[in-house]
Amino acid sequence: MRPSKYLAAGVALAAALVAGGALAQAKEQFVPANGYWVGPYAPGGSGFFGGMLDYFLLLNERDGGINGVKLTWEKCETEYNNARGVECYERSKNKGPTGATVVHPLSTGITYSLIDKASADKIPLISMGYGRTDAADGRVFPYVFPLITTYWSQNTAKIKFIGMREGGMDKLKGKKIVNLYHDSAYGKETIPVLDVQAKKYGFQVTHIPVPHPGNEQQSQWLQIRQIRPDWVILRGWGVMNPTAIKAAQRVGFPRNKMLGVWWSGAEEDVIPAGDAAKGYIAAGFNLPGTSFPVVQGILKEVYGKGKGEMEDRSRIGSIYYTRGLVAGIVTAEAIRTAQERFGKGKPITGEQMRWGIENLNIDEKRLKELGAVGLMQPLKVSCMDHEGGGAVKFLQWDGAKWNVITDWIASDQSIVRPMIEESAAKYAKEKGITPRDCKS
Amino acid sequence: MLYREAGQFRATYAEDQQIFPLRQDRIGVAALLVFAFVVIPLVGDQYWLSAILTPFLIFALAALGLNILTGYAGQLSLGTAAFMAVGAFATYNFVLRVPGIPILVAFVLAGICAALVGIAFGLPSLRIKGFYLAVATLAAQFFVLWAIQRIGWITNYSASGVITAQNYSILGIPIDTPVSKYVLTLSIVTVLALLAKNLARSETGRAFMAVRDMDVAASVIGIPLMRTKLLAFAISSFYCGVAGALYAYTYLGTVEPEAFNLDLSFRILFMIIIGGVGSVLGSFLGAAFIVLLPIVLNYVVPPVSEATGIEISHAIISNLELMIFGGLIIFFLIVEPHGLARLWQIGKEKLRLWPFPH
Repeated sequence: MRPSKYLAAGVALAAALVAGGALAQAKEQFVPANGYWVGPYAPGGSGFFGGMLDYFLLLNERDGGINGVKLTWEKCETEYNNARGVECYERSKNKGPTGATVVHPLSTGITYSLIDKASADKIPLISMGYGRTDAADGRVFPYVFPLITTYWSQNTAKIKFIGMREGGMDKLKGKKIVNLYHDSAYGKETIPVLDVQAKKYGFQVTHIPVPHPGNEQQSQWLQIRQIRPDWVILRGWGVMNPTAIKAAQRVGFPRNKMLGVWWSGAEEDVIPAGDAAKGYIAAGFNLPGTSFPVVQGILKEVYGKGKGEMEDRSRIGSIYYTRGLVAGIVTAEAIRTAQERFGKGKPITGEQMRWGIENLNIDEKRLKELGAVGLMQPLKVSCMDHEGGGAVKFLQWDGAKWNVITDWIASDQSIVRPMIEESAAKYAKEKGITPRDCKS
Repeated sequence: MLYREAGQFRATYAEDQQIFPLRQDRIGVAALLVFAFVVIPLVGDQYWLSAILTPFLIFALAALGLNILTGYAGQLSLGTAAFMAVGAFATYNFVLRVPGIPILVAFVLAGICAALVGIAFGLPSLRIKGFYLAVATLAAQFFVLWAIQRIGWITNYSASGVITAQNYSILGIPIDTPVSKYVLTLSIVTVLALLAKNLARSETGRAFMAVRDMDVAASVIGIPLMRTKLLAFAISSFYCGVAGALYAYTYLGTVEPEAFNLDLSFRILFMIIIGGVGSVLGSFLGAAFIVLLPIVLNYVVPPVSEATGIEISHAIISNLELMIFGGLIIFFLIVEPHGLARLWQIGKEKLRLWPFPH
């Protein structure tokens, strides 16, 4: 052997060692945390990602990851801005041994901007309780998951709730409902589904937009006073919510006839409104509180060891925080499901993750094992149905905390599903997508 | 020593009037173009192409549009984002409603739509100047977004007001990869930038500058004020419209009207202030600065914080960015009103004399 051959053999050996080392180190699952911790929507972003990352910390600390695969993440600040969200996505998508596993954009606008890109890159997008409603049709949107409930679903649940309060759905006839919405893609999502229900149940609906950011609502509430509605549906976000609640008090509109979407139903939305918020009702797909075993586990295993994401401990157990926990649970359970199919203890790719989410089944028994009974509803996702749950509970603010006032109220899929399929089909036609066949 | 014009003689008018009279400049620009068109698509990864270079080019084009209006013709505008929105939504409608329209034709038509809107909102410039004109263009910003959000036809009755760019191809080549989108953007931006460079030294460009420097004097020497000002608005809006179309079609893929808000107009204004008012190069430098600064900060600050042991949360990085922008804008307005482009020019002049400055 000439020296150069020794050298070549040595290099090959070294390369093999390095590669082996890389494989040994690569028992990691990378989940990007592209959220927002500054700006007008920071309470939502920091609470949500605090909860999600705390859950990941809990899994890493207590169980050593998922079947030995540790979860890793990197924060990227999107400022709730679409262009920044795309930049963060592009930056994060190739990190970790298998790239980004799944992305939670936590912004309807960013979700819209990422649908094409993520589908091309085979990275699932979970838009839990926000985003594009018609993506619930998994045939057209294989990589987008508006999990748990979509805006349209929760809206039908709201009308059901109003019906219950009025003493039956037939009593809705002739009632007046105002839809006060944030003038953005997010705010406008529910207009068509409200119109359909107005026709079906015979109530009158008036859509009143509030320009971004929503701290100026004088004229809108003047209009509401003239209409004298029976109910006001608040579809707000950020600073718009407390402003609306205070404005309602000023014009003398009863707060217990105001019904907020879940992005209008956190502590951060009512506390700034002070006493005005007493009696205000909001929908929720996750419940607040620190008594759940999973939250207790986080307090003990994560914060007890001096770790944890939340600087302000009092926010642990708040609505945004537990919503993040739900996101963490859903993400981790989908990874677990995918690992069972593609190999336990191995990092999975985005494509395998998609399978994992699509076959996700969190039943009551599993919720109990996770220590999350009552925190969220059971969830079963399928290729056809990328939503899974669909039910909401209603919460009422008593001036100090949120009280649950209903059981899970199921949405009316007989209204929502045909609209989703119609809208998805229109999108498929515009983009030239052939819908998948879900039977195979 | 290397960068000087000694020995370069111009024997014809054509040679004297070319865009880049210095041979070194021509070589430099040619090298830059070769680099941008050939080397970058070959070596650039997806992140660089689709998250940094494409938006940089698009913002540079929008800044160029604003620079024609504000820098050359002296008409302050805060409606840049609105003209971009017109371009984006017009392209969407042309592609949607005219079957088989080539995308480049759609871009040009969208630019013309934006130009028409620009002319309409430029009319007040005939009577008012400065701050008051800025406020009048602010009306464009709000009115255009309002119209897009309210008139369902424009968004094809999309429930959320969001449009999704259709798939498209040029000469049978589908434009769907980051590389192809980058090359398309680069080609359009290059052509329009060369046209703008040429415009600046043409009769029209000189008329713009005359109006900017003193409009009474300009009208005395026979420059029609109305035509010149409206032309400036039209050309500027055309550029912005094409930039908006590219923003939707080669960058984000989906846009909502809210993406073209006042913030974006201000960002583009900051680009030309930092880059250089009244300079084609400045538009590019300013856009590069504003697009790159947050990303550079995100890469630089964490290692610094680790090395020094001072914990810097990434929320502070985001706020740092605003502080740096604010500080630099004040700095440039006071110290160097012609921005980075002027610094570059000073550098070039020094280089001409180097190494014998006397």
